[in-house]
Amino acid sequence: MTSIRRRSVATLATGMAVALTLAACGGGDSDNNNAEEPGGGDADCTAYEKYGDLSGTTVSVYTSIIAPEDQPHIDSYKPFEDCTGATINYEGSKEFEAQLLVKLQAGSAPDIAYIPQPGLLKTIVESYPDQIVEASAGTMANVEQYYAASWKEYGTVEDTFYAAPLGANVKSFVWYSPQMFNDAGYEIPQTWDELLALSDQIVADHGAEGVKPWCAGIGSGDATGWPATDWLEDVMLRTAGFESYDAWSKGELKFSDPEVQAALTEVGKILKNPDYVNGGLGDVSSIATTEFQDAGLPILETGLCYMHRQASFYAANWPEGTDVSPEGDVFAFYFPGVSEDARPILGGGEFVAAFSDRPEVAAFQEFLASPEWANAKAIATPNGGWVTANSGLDPNNLVSEIDKLSFQLLSDTSQEFGFDASDLMPAAVGQGAFWTEMTAWIAEDKADDAVLTAIDAAWPN
Amino acid sequence: MDLLYADTTGGKFLLMFIAIAIFVLVMGAILVIVERIPRAPRWVVVAAFTGPALLGISFGLIYPAIITTRSSFYDARGQNFIGIDNYVTAFTRPEFQQVLLNTVAWTVIVPLASTAIGLIYAVLVDRARFEKLAKTLLFMPMAISLVGASIIWKFVYEYRPVLEGVAPDRQPAQIGLLNQILVWMGLEPVQFLLNGPWNNIFLMVVMIWIQAGFAMTILSAAIKAISTETIEAARLDGVNGIQQFWYVTVPSVRPALVVVLTTIAMGTLKVFDIVRTMTGGNYGTQVVANEFYTQSFRQQNQGMGAALAVLLFAFVVPLIIYNVRQMKKSEEVR
Repeated sequence: MTSIRRRSVATLATGMAVALTLAACGGGDSDNNNAEEPGGGDADCTAYEKYGDLSGTTVSVYTSIIAPEDQPHIDSYKPFEDCTGATINYEGSKEFEAQLLVKLQAGSAPDIAYIPQPGLLKTIVESYPDQIVEASAGTMANVEQYYAASWKEYGTVEDTFYAAPLGANVKSFVWYSPQMFNDAGYEIPQTWDELLALSDQIVADHGAEGVKPWCAGIGSGDATGWPATDWLEDVMLRTAGFESYDAWSKGELKFSDPEVQAALTEVGKILKNPDYVNGGLGDVSSIATTEFQDAGLPILETGLCYMHRQASFYAANWPEGTDVSPEGDVFAFYFPGVSEDARPILGGGEFVAAFSDRPEVAAFQEFLASPEWANAKAIATPNGGWVTANSGLDPNNLVSEIDKLSFQLLSDTSQEFGFDASDLMPAAVGQGAFWTEMTAWIAEDKADDAVLTAIDAAWPN
Repeated sequence: MDLLYADTTGGKFLLMFIAIAIFVLVMGAILVIVERIPRAPRWVVVAAFTGPALLGISFGLIYPAIITTRSSFYDARGQNFIGIDNYVTAFTRPEFQQVLLNTVAWTVIVPLASTAIGLIYAVLVDRARFEKLAKTLLFMPMAISLVGASIIWKFVYEYRPVLEGVAPDRQPAQIGLLNQILVWMGLEPVQFLLNGPWNNIFLMVVMIWIQAGFAMTILSAAIKAISTETIEAARLDGVNGIQQFWYVTVPSVRPALVVVLTTIAMGTLKVFDIVRTMTGGNYGTQVVANEFYTQSFRQQNQGMGAALAVLLFAFVVPLIIYNVRQMKKSEEVR
C-alpha cells in the first residue's frame, strides 16, 4: 500500500509542476476590463451615429502605455462606448514591443495596437502582412482632414496607409528656469549661435561658483542612450535640413557622411564640453550614468544648471507642485534653429494599427483619429502631459502651458516636422547600435569617426 | 471556451486547478492500468513511467533546441538561410567579441572567487561558537532574487560627484555607501559602474556575494564529513593549520569542490539579471545572455539571438559533461 500511496504523491507533484509552468506562461500583463452598459450617459451622440449600433461587440486594444497614464486613455473611450454600445478592452504592457511580435507570431493579435515607432510598423507589415489590415476609409479621411501630410506618411508602408497617428510629443525643447533667467538678465536665444553665446555667457558669469550652462542624462535602463540620439537628430534636422534628415532616417545617407559628422561635432560642442556640462551632476561621463528622469532636476533643486534639452513629456518629471509655466519655476523654450526663420520640430508619437477588419474595429480606429477622441482625451487628462497633432483639438481643452506650447508648434504646418529618426530606422540601429554607440561616445569618450562607422556597420543589409 | 482565455485572477487559478486535475487523472489512470496488467512486459512499465517525462523533455527542451539551432543559420526574420554568417559576426565584430570575452571572464572569476570565499569561510567558522549565526549571515543573500540584489548593490555603488567650486551646502548628497566611505576618507568619489574594465568586476561582486553562501553550505557539509581519524592522524604527524587545510581538508572535499565550481559556473554563464538591472549592458559590461535577449526581442534579430543562445549552450556543455563524469567517479569510489 505504501508504495502506491507514494507513487500517487509523486504523480501529483509532477502534475503540479507541469501545470504551474503552464499557468506561468499564461499570466502576466495588466488587464483592464471596463464593460459599460450602452446608452449610459446622456452625452451628445450625434457625432457617433455614423458608427452605427455596435452593441455586444468588443474591441481589444494593446499598448505600451501603463499606469498611471493608462487611465486617461481608458476614460477617453467612454463617449464611444456609451454611444455605440461597444466594449473596449484595454491592455497595457511594459514589454509591449517584444510581446506584440510574440502575439503576432502566435496568431493571437489584438484588434488594435498603439505602435510607438514607425520602424516597428514597417517590421510588422513586412513580417506579418496577413495579420495587419489597411486603415479603414473613415480613418484615412480623418487623418487627411486633421493631420499634416507628413504624419500620414509615417503611418504608411510602401504606399499603403496602415496606421493613424494618435498622441504626439515635441522633442525640440530646452527646459530652463524663467526665474533664474530673469535674475541673470538672460534672453531666450533665437538661433543656434545665440544658444552657444548664452552658454559661454553663463560660464563667464557663474562658472566660478561651479555652475554649468547645461545638464544632461541619457540613462534609461536597457534603453540607455536614447536621449543622446535625440540630441543628434535635433541638431541634424537643423544643420543638414529636412531633406538630408529624411534620407538619413531611411538609410540613404550614411552615418559616416560629412553631414552627420558635422551634426555630431555640433552636439559635441555642448555635450562633450567640460565647461558646459554636467551642471550639478559631475563631469562629461556622468551624462552616461545619470537617469534621464533626474537629469534636469539641478535646474530646480540646486540651481547649478541653467538648461536641459528634453522633450515635452519631461514636464511629468518635475516634483509635484512645481509651477510649469512661462512665469513659473520651470518652463521650456524652443531649441533654436540655425536662423530665426528655420524652426523645424523634432518629435514622436504613437500610431494606431488594426489587426482585424471587423466593423467595430474599423469604427474604433476611425474614432481614435477623430477630433471627438482628441478632445475627449484632453478632457480625460486633467493633469496635462498629453498632446496630439490632430488639428481638430481645441487648445482650450489642454490644461498645461507646456502642452499648449507643444500643440502650437505641432499645428504650425509651415515648419518641417521630423519624426524621431531612431524610431524610423531598423531596430538593429534605432534601438541598438545608435543607442549603445552614442552611450560609448559619452561614457568612454569614443571618437566621432569610430562611433559613426560602428553604427553604419550595424545597419542590416 | 471562455475558461481557456481566463483573464481574471480567479479564472486563471480555476484554469490551473482544472489543468492539474486533468493531469493527475491521466497520470493516475496510466499508472493504475500498468499495475493492473498482470506480468506486464518490462517495456510497457518503462514506457509508462518514463514516457510522460520524455514527452515533456522533447516538447519543452529538445524541440526548441533544434528549432533554435536551425534559426541560428537564418537571417533576422528567420526567412533566408545565411549559413554561418551569424557566428562569423559574433566572433569578428568588436562589440560581440567584447560580449564573449566578458562572459568568459565572468565564468572564470565568479566560480573561483565564490568557492574560495565559501571554502575559507566554512573552514574558519567550523565548530566555532557562533557557527550557526555566521553561516546564516553568509547564506542569507541566497534568499534574495538577483534583481533585488542588483538594485541593492546599485545603491551601494551610486555615484554623486564632489563638484569643483561649489559651496558645501549646494553639493549633491552622497547616497551610495561606498562613495560616502571614500569621501569620508578624503578621497574622490568613483563611478564604479562606468569605468571599464573594472566595472565588470563590480558587477561580478554581486554574483559572488550571492553564490558564496551556496558554496559555503555545500563545502561545510563536506568538511564535517571528513572522518576524525583522518584529522587525528594528520595531527599526530604534526601538521599545522595551513598544512591541514591544504593536505587534508582540500583533498577530502575535492568532489564537493568540483560540483560547487561547475554548478556556479553554469549559473554564471546564464547571468542576465545583474547586468540588465545595473548597467543594461552598457559601458562595456554586456554578456551573452543579455545580448541574446536584446538581439531577439529588442532588435528583432532572431537569427543572431539564436546564434548567441547556441554559443551559450556550447559553452555550458563541457561543464555539464565534466560535472557528470566527476559525479560518476565519486560514486565509484564509494
